[in-house]
Amino acid sequence: MRVYVEVALRGFRRHATYRSAAVAGAFTNTMFGFIRAYVLIALWQARPQLGGYDVVDAVTFAFLTQTLIAPVAVFGAPLELGERVRTGDVAMDLQRPADFQGWWLAADLGRALFALGFRGVVPLAAGALAFRLDLPTEPHVWLAFAVSTLLAVVVSFALRYLVALSAFWLLDDRGVHAIAGIAAMFFSGLLLPLVAFPGWLGAFARALPWAAIIQVPADVFLGEHTGAGLAGALGFQAAWAVILLALGRLVTAAAAGKVVVHGG
Amino acid sequence: MRAVDRISFRIDSGEVVGYIGPNGAGKSTTVKMLTGILTPSAGHIRVAGLNPVRQRVALARRIGVVFGQRTGLWWDLPLTDSFELLRHLHRIPSARYRENLELFTELLDLGAFLHIPVRQLSLGQRMRGDLTAALLHDPRIVYLDEPTIGLDVVSKAAVRSFLAEINRERGTTVLLTTHDLDDIERLCGRVMVIAGGRLVYDGSVDGLRGRVNAERTLVVDLAAPAPRLDLPAEPPGARVIRVDGPRQWVAFPATASAAPLITAITARHEVVDISLREPDIDEVVRRLYLGGLRSSAAAASSVGDPSGTDDPSETGGRSATSAK
Repeated sequence: MRVYVEVALRGFRRHATYRSAAVAGAFTNTMFGFIRAYVLIALWQARPQLGGYDVVDAVTFAFLTQTLIAPVAVFGAPLELGERVRTGDVAMDLQRPADFQGWWLAADLGRALFALGFRGVVPLAAGALAFRLDLPTEPHVWLAFAVSTLLAVVVSFALRYLVALSAFWLLDDRGVHAIAGIAAMFFSGLLLPLVAFPGWLGAFARALPWAAIIQVPADVFLGEHTGAGLAGALGFQAAWAVILLALGRLVTAAAAGKVVVHGG
Repeated sequence: MRAVDRISFRIDSGEVVGYIGPNGAGKSTTVKMLTGILTPSAGHIRVAGLNPVRQRVALARRIGVVFGQRTGLWWDLPLTDSFELLRHLHRIPSARYRENLELFTELLDLGAFLHIPVRQLSLGQRMRGDLTAALLHDPRIVYLDEPTIGLDVVSKAAVRSFLAEINRERGTTVLLTTHDLDDIERLCGRVMVIAGGRLVYDGSVDGLRGRVNAERTLVVDLAAPAPRLDLPAEPPGARVIRVDGPRQWVAFPATASAAPLITAITARHEVVDISLREPDIDEVVRRLYLGGLRSSAAAASSVGDPSGTDDPSETGGRSATSAK
């Protein structure tokens, strides 16, 4: 187990070496936070109580999700794994006496922690200074939000892991990655909160794994879920995490036979 | 498609074995099967008493692997970060880890760049880092897939002397894949040649020279340009293969003595200088590769004859006696 902690630590540290990228990312995320906040303000002024949110909820949603973008890697942060499959470097990873998927998960959790701590807090802090936000006041909501964010990162990892593994068959995961990125942006609720999606489209979108990476942690933060509803929301995330990780393990086993194709 | 076919060998503990073959011959495929990351479609492999595929994790603790064109090091982090992680991965006792790192730092001269991020290292430095990474956990067997590829002569020498030292001091078994035949000549007691997915030679390096009908070459510098040298009847097969102004090249069977030839030439011509070239191992291997690729069983023709080098009937199939 210790080795995975060490891997996560290195995942954190390697991203910490790119400080200017983190600063630029925090700045961009914050700017878009303001843009999205004003768009959502316009929408909620036209349609008050849309999806059960009020204007303050909507503005909070805008800044909070800007905070989550980097940790849950909505726009990608493709796993280096895809590139290593493409170049054949994955042979080095496959021969390590450690769990292959666990290794990459640990590295990604380290990355996410850095992204949250050094990049993610900025948009939320800036939003709280400029607007009145609906921040949780009770400690247990913060705790639930922490758990929900962790599960969101795991679901996001499990999806990106599958994308990266596609390189074993497609020789290159960049096309799949682009498609997965668009799906994630739309179905995660980042473009528009999933609560605002009408009828069957809303129900459909809220059942997909992408809901688990943005919409669910945001709703937990906003206190939309309480009691059994909260347990259900976290359970929904955990279920997708388990399903997608298990799928990833199956695909890993199938991919192992394809190693020979890449890099001789 | 078969990457490798009917390859069979046994390597004893403590051996240093060269594994050579042209690009695409199946060298890396063999190494990947030996590490357990590739499953052979048929056949039987045991490494250190283990089944590589089924006992891959247990085996990974007993072997070290270097893929010369790949790296297992953390690109953005200092070299020591990768080493520390390996200490945890292989659960190397602290004292042993320190001892090994100290030794490797000395032998491979790592001191100057241990704390520099891997992405800033030169290829030679990175390779020395990868070698250390492969050996920190005292593996019994180490596979080195082109460990000297792209390295300058100084780095190559450092890698070679390191491997020789590790083999001598620790008895580590080494399987070395390379295109650099200097690696083979300096390190390996035994060499296996694979071509077209088949093992076409397995034996000593000297035996490899004798495997094809090798020739040595005399380079004769005359006082002035002259027509082709008048050669004696002894040794048979001696002939001028090239003339360039006052310089002429005389090929003769590697098994024959050069002495009578030199005596005869110097007696008949005004000679300024003479030098002797041993059969070039690259040429010998090239012939084996061609032979293996074409799977032809015809007899070998002579080495060094420019007119005959592309003859498809060439092969390393002849088991001649020692060349020297």
